[in-house]
Amino acid sequence: MSFNIFMQNVVNGLSLGGLYALIAIGYTMVYGILRLINFAHGDIFMLGTYFLFYAVAIFHLPWWLSFILAIILTALTGVLTEKIAYRPLRNSPRISLLISAIGVSFFLQNAGIVTFSGIPKAFPRPDIFKKILIIADIRIQIVNINAIVISLLFLMILLYIVYNTKTGLAMRAISTDTETARLMAIDVNRTISITFAIGSALAAVGGILWALKYPQINPLMGIIPGLKAFIAAVVGGIGNIPGAMVGGFLLGFTEIMLVAFLPRLSGYRDAFAFLILILILLFKPDGLFGKNVQEKV
Amino acid sequence: MLRIENLHVYYGGIHALKGIELKVMEGKIITLIGANGAGKSTTLRTICGLVKNQQGNIFFKDKDITNLETRERIIRGLVMVPEGRRVFPNLTVYENLQLGAFVRKNMPAIKSDLKWIYQLFPRLEERLTQKAGTLSGGEQQMLAVGRALMSRPSLMLMDEPSLGLAPLLVREIFQIIAEINNQGTTILLIEQNAYAALNIADYAYVLETGNIAMEGPGKDLLNNQEVKEIYLGG
Repeated sequence: MSFNIFMQNVVNGLSLGGLYALIAIGYTMVYGILRLINFAHGDIFMLGTYFLFYAVAIFHLPWWLSFILAIILTALTGVLTEKIAYRPLRNSPRISLLISAIGVSFFLQNAGIVTFSGIPKAFPRPDIFKKILIIADIRIQIVNINAIVISLLFLMILLYIVYNTKTGLAMRAISTDTETARLMAIDVNRTISITFAIGSALAAVGGILWALKYPQINPLMGIIPGLKAFIAAVVGGIGNIPGAMVGGFLLGFTEIMLVAFLPRLSGYRDAFAFLILILILLFKPDGLFGKNVQEKV
Repeated sequence: MLRIENLHVYYGGIHALKGIELKVMEGKIITLIGANGAGKSTTLRTICGLVKNQQGNIFFKDKDITNLETRERIIRGLVMVPEGRRVFPNLTVYENLQLGAFVRKNMPAIKSDLKWIYQLFPRLEERLTQKAGTLSGGEQQMLAVGRALMSRPSLMLMDEPSLGLAPLLVREIFQIIAEINNQGTTILLIEQNAYAALNIADYAYVLETGNIAMEGPGKDLLNNQEVKEIYLGG
């Protein structure tokens, strides 16, 4: 493989990894705070792309405005799913919550097929995302650079919120010990809603960047990216936010490299991700950056 | 300051509190002693709303708080130092203290309270950036107390603050409780260490399987024959 092809793959890997990271955050934050694997998260990701599609195609809004609107609407949908499907089950066994999440996932997929139709739609792409950049013989799609920059930007905003704001402190407190967090007069319901809003907003950003890379959307498009981002979250240690980011980049990067170096195995790229999940669960179930706090009693 | 009337609590299928009556007067240290399972923790958890009572009322500063959320009760000036300290192990000492002041907005007042906490517990100031999980048991207890004080409570509930601490530290903790009380915070303390608790308390209640079996000034109970036999080891 020549150097320029290799560099193209590096860029591809990083951009795919950035998307996984954005989606993985939603899984890991919700798990941290509710101990729930929110299997509807991939479908929230799908909704983000449709919100943008309709804003542009039906309401003829400018693309940037549609982008912002889609993020807000997706965040609201996330908050709503928690209120309707998870909050009433807060004190039920965790398996009920999980089943409810799977139910929400099926509901969103099928509601999507009914309302958006199952036929894939062409995703509106402004021209700037179509260009190809050539630096010293390395051909790079602009959209990949954008994906990397935008995902890094949002990941940095997220880290700032989680580690430097009062809301972030409340989130971390709840995820360690909900009852004691309540004793600190933290508004637990509000904090959980904010968590869902942030996770869903990042999923929308991920979904839209995804649709810019692969500009066809359909109501079932969230399943595989959703599962892979879940794997990324597990790789990084579910509940651990920086871990989910690293896990996302790691998974995206290895997936692209697998295809690049062993093109004959490219049909197995999804299977490869699940293989990683199985290996992690077998040998390092806490993930690469799992619980690192030692407790003295 | 706090008045409990005819409080009944059913907890996991058990009738844990069977109509207890209890009063906490402003500025005092009140203690609740009793054997394991007598209902001491349930009483405290009900006062701060972590457990809901099925019958009876809780009045705090003459307002009925029976149906308020925990958060609302904390905002009104209640606070609890929970059993087993329950500091947030993965957060720093400083972040733990900040969480204590979570609902407060007055930054200068919070800063001056932090200074007060550092005076009470100089060791916390040395360890501000350390994760709370790496502190020793005694230091964690100090952090739990400091964190509670950061909400500027008028009534502090303490659930077994001496549990699992070395005798020397137990003495230190009780000195600190007295000091905090001297500075104006009312305290409701529950303890296995009945001797130390009765010694420090202005008034005490003895809880037996969900009922108040006895009550009186701390020093009186200390000399009571029955209390001596059952709780002070003869």
